[in-house]
Amino acid sequence: MTNIEWEPLLEMFIFETTQMLEQLEQNILKGEEAKIFDASDINEIFRIMHTIKSSAAMMQCLPISKVAHSVEDLFSCLREDKPQNIEYSILTDLILDVLDFMKAGIEKVSARVELNDDPTRLIQKINDRLYAIKNENGDGNKEFILCNNYRATIFFEDDCGMEHLRAFTLVHNLKEHTESMDEIIPSNLDEDKSQEIIKQEGLKIRFRSLKTNEQMHEILSNNPFIRDLLFEQILEEQETLNTAKGESYQSKEGGAEEENTNKTVHQNLISVNVTKLDMLMDIVGELVISEAMVLQNPDLTGLKIDNFQKSSIQLQKITNELRDIVMSIRMLPLSTTFRKMQRLVRDMSKKLDKEVRLITSGEETEVDKNIIENISDPLMHLVRNSLDHGIESSEEREATNKPKIGTISLEAKHVGSDVLIIIKDDGGGLDKKKILAKAKANGLLHKAENEMSDKEIYNLIFLPGFSTKESVTEFSGRGVGMDVVMRSIGNIGGTVSVDSKEGAGSTITMKIPLTLAIIDGMIIQVGKGWYTLPITAIRESFRPNEHDIIKDSENHEMIIVRGQCYPIIRLHELYKIHTKITDFKNGILVMVEQGEKSICLFADALLGQQQVVVKSLPNYIRNVKKIVGVTGCTLLGDGNISLILDIGSLIDFRNINLIKNYKSNL
Amino acid sequence: MTEAMLDMELEQEEDTQKDKYLIFALGKEYYGIEIQRVTEIIGVQPITEVPELPEYIKGIINLRGKIIPVMDVRIRFKKPFKEYNDRTCVIIIDLEEISIGLIVDGVAEVAIIPETEIVSPPEMDQNSNRFIKGIGKISTEVKLILDCYQLLNETENEKLNSIDNGRESI
Repeated sequence: MTNIEWEPLLEMFIFETTQMLEQLEQNILKGEEAKIFDASDINEIFRIMHTIKSSAAMMQCLPISKVAHSVEDLFSCLREDKPQNIEYSILTDLILDVLDFMKAGIEKVSARVELNDDPTRLIQKINDRLYAIKNENGDGNKEFILCNNYRATIFFEDDCGMEHLRAFTLVHNLKEHTESMDEIIPSNLDEDKSQEIIKQEGLKIRFRSLKTNEQMHEILSNNPFIRDLLFEQILEEQETLNTAKGESYQSKEGGAEEENTNKTVHQNLISVNVTKLDMLMDIVGELVISEAMVLQNPDLTGLKIDNFQKSSIQLQKITNELRDIVMSIRMLPLSTTFRKMQRLVRDMSKKLDKEVRLITSGEETEVDKNIIENISDPLMHLVRNSLDHGIESSEEREATNKPKIGTISLEAKHVGSDVLIIIKDDGGGLDKKKILAKAKANGLLHKAENEMSDKEIYNLIFLPGFSTKESVTEFSGRGVGMDVVMRSIGNIGGTVSVDSKEGAGSTITMKIPLTLAIIDGMIIQVGKGWYTLPITAIRESFRPNEHDIIKDSENHEMIIVRGQCYPIIRLHELYKIHTKITDFKNGILVMVEQGEKSICLFADALLGQQQVVVKSLPNYIRNVKKIVGVTGCTLLGDGNISLILDIGSLIDFRNINLIKNYKSNL
Repeated sequence: MTEAMLDMELEQEEDTQKDKYLIFALGKEYYGIEIQRVTEIIGVQPITEVPELPEYIKGIINLRGKIIPVMDVRIRFKKPFKEYNDRTCVIIIDLEEISIGLIVDGVAEVAIIPETEIVSPPEMDQNSNRFIKGIGKISTEVKLILDCYQLLNETENEKLNSIDNGRESI
């Protein structure tokens, strides 16, 4: 087989295994919280390990397969023996090690790097644990405990014939895997009369083996012509049949049924390559555009075409629906991202010796896949910061009458067309003085200290080259800090802000757009060009009265609306566009807001509302220059291109200009 | 096996494109551009202006749903602007994942210029012919071979300047 034929299989393997590992991680963490693994968890873990073992072996990822195998053994022991006093934290640590090992392995596989990690040490650790568990719960005789006792009753298929000979071969084969064969009923398989007995009562065997229940079951069921297989493990104390134990593996059919139910659940989902989705998205975008091209075709003007209009409305409906569906396909819940944080908090709180609880809410909130990929790292960074810098040590907490266990809460919710992700901790909060001192030392202050509001001070931490923690730890404080968070969130059109109360903790809010792909836009005209404003940012548009407009000493125009004063940006001046409309009474003002700030944009005219497909500007242009206030572009119905304006940066731009003028006047 | 075949095909393709140049006119001069860089040639389309860009980048065009920047090579070469007409063409080139359209006065032909017929440009001062990487001869005519890479990337100096200006403004 060439590599090309392997590719789809391999992708499937990577996808499935990653998913299973994630699920496993969740199960483990859940189990740890509850300080116990219940039977369904153990079964689930066992099942996952079993699947990984076989699929990894198939894909020739032997290290993964081997590790999965030994974990499977371990959990089969947990499942079968139900040992009582297990050290759950040791067990979870071990399993999490395994998960990390596997994840690293899968990463290597997906990077198409040869997988050569040595699993021996890990396997050794797992086996040690297995012995330990068995010893603690058994009578201490290692040799003996490891030798499991099994009993099986086998029925052959009705018309296979020669049952006694088949039984003979089976027993013979079985001997290779067993330590001792204790009992065979009927005892004399050479004689013809045993044929009938086997037919009636089945072949009953009892044996001891080093193999696990699961392996033995496999070996047994691999024999040909078996109709029914009753198979169970016998513990020394309870020679009698334990029904609860027998349940899971009573017969082949039973097992198969269990598998089936699992499968039907899985078949509702199919995994699709993201590039295909992107292509679909693009095509639908094209469709929306060409639909507009057809329906607004200039050839149609003045024609009386009722039927055409009717069908076109129908067409519009369908394309809208199609677009919504395609958009929804790309939406993913934030839960996977949040789960990663659970793990992070667990590991870190152990290492830092702080007791911290992570509460998540709103993890079902869905956002575009691109966005999920982009917020994972910043989020991790923020949670890490909260844990490392925010939450105090247990002693400090007790001294200040706080609950010993620190709390970090992670919340996601929809607000308009944005999603807010809020990270809140009940730690020490931000130290204003320290921040100010640091900002001063690094030359980051642009304003007099006493003029700054608390919020402004706190937000200094997002500036490049800022990190208050003196000591560099393993987890955070390397100086590349919040500015990286700011930048990566900014890249997807989001914003980050921080608020804090000294002694009571801090809150970091990330505001990110729901989707990057399609927005509701208002098309405005300036000169010959069309610009698109996101509808959600628009508060109102109006034609101003001349006498409401005031100018400050630097000729900055402002307008009073209902007693409030808003700055005005003339788009044609900002972008040096040639237009005839420079008088306020001929054009229109659009008031837009972002966060708590509002600003009025002066444009020639409003052209109308339209859903637009956001496309990024060509690479070449982005490389040449970052254009203030332009985030991307879109194709309009007539094939023309419109630039999409970014309100946030327009407001910032205006503020920067004000500062500049303020400084130059000093 | 399949890979080997692909390689062969690629080689063949390269062979057929080797030494071929698309010749276009810019004022009185004729310029050549390696044919494997060219994806297509189109007439002038409505161009959407993008603010704050250097003058030679005219804006962006919509090429069947793909948004592509266009550069007026005349202005890039500091020649006077010439009103676009029927003869004006946009040559779409692909260079390391970057697509860009070059606005030229007109496209002449595809010519074969063997390597032996190309001489390197005379070295005058550093800036004068940074976009020309060779001079090709076809009988008595001379074609200037464009260095596409320079054409797209020789903005470094200007970019740095603009960043400095930006700093001052903040």
